[in-house]
Amino acid sequence: MSQFLYLYRMADAARQEAMGTPERAQQNMQRWMAWMNELDRQGHLKDRGQPLERTGKVVRGQQKTVTDGPFTEAKDLIGGFTVVEARDIDQAVELSRGCPIFEGGGSVEVRPIMKMDM
Amino acid sequence: MELSEHLFRRESGRLVAALTRIFGVHNLVLVEDVVQDAFCRALEVWKVRGIPDNPAAWLMSVAKHRALDIIRRERTARTFAPELARVLESEWTLAPAVEEAFAGSTIRDEQLRMMFSCCDPRLSEEVQVALVLNILCGFGAPEIAGAFLVSRAAMEKRIARGKKALAASKRLFDLSDAEFAARFSAVRRALYLLFNEGYHGSSAEGAVRSELCGEAIRLTMLLLESPQARSPETEALAALMHLHAARLPARLDAAGDLNPLLDQDRSRWDAQLVAQGLALLDRSAEGPVVSAFHVEAAIAAVHATACSVDETNWTAIVDLYDRLMAIAPSPIVGLNRAIAIGQRDGPKCGLAALRAIADRERLQHYPFYAAALGELELRCGNVTTARDHFSTAATLARNDAERRFLEKRIRDLTLPPHSSRIQPQGGTRP
Repeated sequence: MSQFLYLYRMADAARQEAMGTPERAQQNMQRWMAWMNELDRQGHLKDRGQPLERTGKVVRGQQKTVTDGPFTEAKDLIGGFTVVEARDIDQAVELSRGCPIFEGGGSVEVRPIMKMDM
Repeated sequence: MELSEHLFRRESGRLVAALTRIFGVHNLVLVEDVVQDAFCRALEVWKVRGIPDNPAAWLMSVAKHRALDIIRRERTARTFAPELARVLESEWTLAPAVEEAFAGSTIRDEQLRMMFSCCDPRLSEEVQVALVLNILCGFGAPEIAGAFLVSRAAMEKRIARGKKALAASKRLFDLSDAEFAARFSAVRRALYLLFNEGYHGSSAEGAVRSELCGEAIRLTMLLLESPQARSPETEALAALMHLHAARLPARLDAAGDLNPLLDQDRSRWDAQLVAQGLALLDRSAEGPVVSAFHVEAAIAAVHATACSVDETNWTAIVDLYDRLMAIAPSPIVGLNRAIAIGQRDGPKCGLAALRAIADRERLQHYPFYAAALGELELRCGNVTTARDHFSTAATLARNDAERRFLEKRIRDLTLPPHSSRIQPQGGTRP
């Protein structure tokens, strides 16, 4: 089994829309939890990960310039991450298809985590 | 940990009440931003980390922190609730004031004041009901639009109009205000409309409808919890809602089609709701007032306690409709009275009563008037005339459920039923 990082990306406007009404937010959340629990039940969930605040700072360049960001208008702000275990990248991609983020127009970036014991 | 159904929606109303206490009703937009933000946070954190032990308290604590942040940051630039202006100024009193606003009893009182504010007679009844559903029940514009069969844009406009008026009022209605009695009656009226929308309304979707009924009951019970807002008339309204809601499980058949009162499987009525309704009706009789709600509840009680259509005390029901006609006359009441007369004295008398309804032209677009004519003609053996009436009724149907029901009646014409199957309508307006 190999490990893969899921990076959840979504525009802020889409996130607000997915939140919509309290009822819709609750249903959305329940779909997320159902999906996570299913990953867990099948033994694919290595680390549930953490959600990230939408604000922060970006430090960049040799000058180490600090700017506010990432900006909320950014098209695909990273909203959080999860680590899963899968046979290969194909299976990791397949498992990500159940993620409710797609309903709101977001994306999941699937990245293999490098093996350290080669 | 499972989340209770509609927790977000329910908590939304409570958070809005607490935050309005702090920020003031003129800052309703800010209040809603903070609530929205709390839900966004809950959504993002819970979906990954799981639901906390006390989800409601978690949401409240996020809202409290946001409120404190906002006040500290903006207290020089913005005015908050005028009642709390002084305590919010000082760090010594700020945190306790915010804490107090989120206490259960404060939230309850603020929800009542909000309810009275939403039912401002300067707003149309449709705006009042939309505001109550949005602010106190946490329904979003798309959901309310769906229940009332209007476009989302029209509903957003309706709600925005109401909120503008609310925000301009500067403060929430005070229950010790001189206008209390008049406003109280507007509140009951709005809750009654809300309940009827759920019970008879134009929306075909069963789940939404029973939620509307549930919310109307919850808010009416909130009135009864308050010493100022408890009254025999409110108890009668609550009784009426419980007794009607008891029939909801039997109101749609397995296929989701309307199942009229006379055909319902009475074992599916909710016995607990019936018992609560009867107890409320008893209590409501303690005062000297006999309101339209009392009489409507009494009619529902006669139905609720009858084991079958044949064992129903139709004489009592006709008498009660006579009283209702005296207190709150309307063509719909006349229609229901005529149906009851048809049950008591036979279809010919029912038809005569239908044709004698004053202002019956107001019923000409109401499908169940034509349907009642059809049922009674059918019971007289006039199948062709009955078919014409049912066809008229079907063209007037306001939604698919009504259309399916009436078309089925036309198809079933060859099988004369043992009794009338018209749907008695609990409302008093077309």
